[in-house]
Amino acid sequence: MSAASRGTVRVRNGGVVALGALPPLEPDEFRAVCGVALTAGGRLVALPAFALGTDDGRDVFAVIANDDESELTVTRTRLARGAGFDALTPEFPEAQAFERELFEDHGIIPVGHPWLKPLRQAHLKTDAAQHTFFSVDGDGIHEVAVGPVHAGVIEPGHFRFQCAGEDVLHLEIHLGYQHRGAERLLVLGSPARRIAVAESIAGDTAVGHALAYAHVIESLAGVRPPLAAQTIRGLALELERVANHVGDLGALANDVAFLPAAAWFGRLRGEFLNLLMALSGNRYGRGLVVTGGVRFGLPSDMRQAFTAKLAETEADLRATAETLFSSPSVSSRFEQTGVVSDATAEDLGLVGVVARASHVARDARRDHPIGIYRFVHIPLALAETGDVMARAVVRWIEVQRSLTFLREQIAELAEGPLRTPSTAADSFAPDSLAVALIEGWRGEIAHVAATNGSGDLRGYKVVDPSFHNWFGLAMALRDNAISDFPLCNKSFNLSYAGHDL
Amino acid sequence: MLDILQARWRQGFRTVLLPVTQDAFPDRFRGRPIIDSTKCVDGCRACVDACPTGAITITAPAPATAPATATAPVSTSAPANRVTLDLGKCIFCPACVEACPTGAITYTRDHRLAARTRDDLRITNAEAPKIAALDAAMRKLLGRALRLRQVSAGGCNGCEAELVALGNVVFDMSRFGIQFVASPRHADGIVITGPVTHNMRQALIETYEATPAPRIVIAVGACAISQGAFASESGPVSGIPPEIPVDLFIPGCPPHPLTVLDGLLRMLGRNES
Ligand code: SF4
Ligand code: SF4
Repeated sequence: MSAASRGTVRVRNGGVVALGALPPLEPDEFRAVCGVALTAGGRLVALPAFALGTDDGRDVFAVIANDDESELTVTRTRLARGAGFDALTPEFPEAQAFERELFEDHGIIPVGHPWLKPLRQAHLKTDAAQHTFFSVDGDGIHEVAVGPVHAGVIEPGHFRFQCAGEDVLHLEIHLGYQHRGAERLLVLGSPARRIAVAESIAGDTAVGHALAYAHVIESLAGVRPPLAAQTIRGLALELERVANHVGDLGALANDVAFLPAAAWFGRLRGEFLNLLMALSGNRYGRGLVVTGGVRFGLPSDMRQAFTAKLAETEADLRATAETLFSSPSVSSRFEQTGVVSDATAEDLGLVGVVARASHVARDARRDHPIGIYRFVHIPLALAETGDVMARAVVRWIEVQRSLTFLREQIAELAEGPLRTPSTAADSFAPDSLAVALIEGWRGEIAHVAATNGSGDLRGYKVVDPSFHNWFGLAMALRDNAISDFPLCNKSFNLSYAGHDL
Repeated sequence: MLDILQARWRQGFRTVLLPVTQDAFPDRFRGRPIIDSTKCVDGCRACVDACPTGAITITAPAPATAPATATAPVSTSAPANRVTLDLGKCIFCPACVEACPTGAITYTRDHRLAARTRDDLRITNAEAPKIAALDAAMRKLLGRALRLRQVSAGGCNGCEAELVALGNVVFDMSRFGIQFVASPRHADGIVITGPVTHNMRQALIETYEATPAPRIVIAVGACAISQGAFASESGPVSGIPPEIPVDLFIPGCPPHPLTVLDGLLRMLGRNES
């Protein structure tokens, strides 16, 4: 924790802010401090509001990442329901969803927000039809509405396209169908319940969210997991990344009807899930992460089996990727489709694969290393074209780099204890706030938790990478044919549940 | 083209042949738990307290032949507790197994978990839940095909991903005539995942109503069966509404694809072979 300008505190990823050292600023001052930090190259990571107990007041925190310095700036203000500040969104579009969330969940008014509509319909039991949608008027303009129930086996969301013929002028993505009240349970649940909820924020990111959860809790409890546990966590996170990226490459192949690669990637994804299952007992790595460490290790016979399986699978994977990327029919569908420019990606604060495919170099493993990533670096994968092809290529490069990491870390795995005593992580520093960033396979996962004066959790905020990236998908569709929507959508593959919480 | 054929050759044949035994799963796989109440220590509630979803209940043993009296010493072989584990609530975290001081709850690698009634999911011993096939008239109506419409109603994409995996070359459920279809109008039934959020309740009911009767309803995953990790008194989820009667419950968080396949096939009265 280091002092910065008045009313702000700077911490590293996994750091704890003593709230006594962070007096609330006046709303205007808070707005100004955020503006300065964002203008100076900062990036909005979270904008949580936590209740103050009995009265109507909220503590609003801004967590802004300074990627170049590997630091997070935290600042706070205090607002009552119905009060507000000048919206950040007109100047910093990356704040758009955060401010809509503040408005919806806490009645705080970002004055001058251009589209202040509830983000999740979390407090209304109404259906989509009763909401206002952005619409385009003019000759030959037509509207296409899809969802919430889609044709495939996927999560629900509603999409409104404004089209001129085949061309999409605007896409509005209307979510909230998956809202389950996860953050509330992360405050009120027993420790065993909380980690189960964290693993279920987005079921394809069970390891990523469990790790973010474990890090904030460990920070608040002052617990440090043993080194062997940190390595196992890294192995699981990279296995999760590889499984999902491989699955996505298969889904992309499927959407352009390149069925051989779709079938093979589909099978290969399973090989990585099976390794996660061998490690944790569950195909998605559930049950592996505990606060204070991990439940399971990798004894030497398993290490050998893992190494052999990885080598065999990697060879099959290379052959399949070769087939995919050398097919002209695939290239002609992937290239120039769903382009997101680097400027748009920056403006919207996109994260993860999607940002890196638009040549925006951000990766929490590099910029804000935590756990094993403090000691072992995985080179960042970047592409320039911002299209479906770029998003596919970034995934494939990341698969290869994660496989290298897995190979090396399995070979070097240190023996040693896997967890600290189980109750050590149950009592927390009072009046504190902890932040953890994990680079999940989709991108940056942020968890923020705060305690009250008696050391009980009083607020918990989850930011799934999808929260940043859904608007990127809407922008990718502009001036594309509506028939390319499925392909663009797959190339983002965002989480509905992770967004809706 | 030649390259593709070559790559195809290298991929080989990958489909899992049924039936599978426990050896198909790794040692740590958490399949069906088994309970041995004779190992319980009197008055112990460690598993109940550890469980995140309230899946475990303990009752005193039912009076055997004669009610125990204060003077009659309790026979050492009589269980002090009777542990009931609700597979419909269980998310297969290992908390109870870790908490139990005597190893009264253990996992097997048995993937077969499905049942036709909610009650059959409440297990008290080492036996798998029983499961009956659909009646003959319904089976005749379905013939050799089962077409299902999936509705995710707050599912985290864990259960959904495993249902998608059923279509891949490894699990290949279409070899049994089972398929997911795009429209409820084309479906013989629906598969529900997720704890049924307030915001999906209406869409779920409408999808169910759009499916022609007689229709089969299958609840997949702890969330759909009991709201799983999201069960709460006042949260924005409320479970499958009573007007949608469930014909098949498939526990897990998420269930392994083979668990789902096993449930479907046994409901259809087909031997796994
Ligand atoms: S394994 Fe199932 S019954 Fe046991 S504690 Fe976990 S959820 Fe509860
Ligand atoms: S049962 Fe588990 S995997 Fe399935 S939707 Fe619920 S939380 Fe996700």
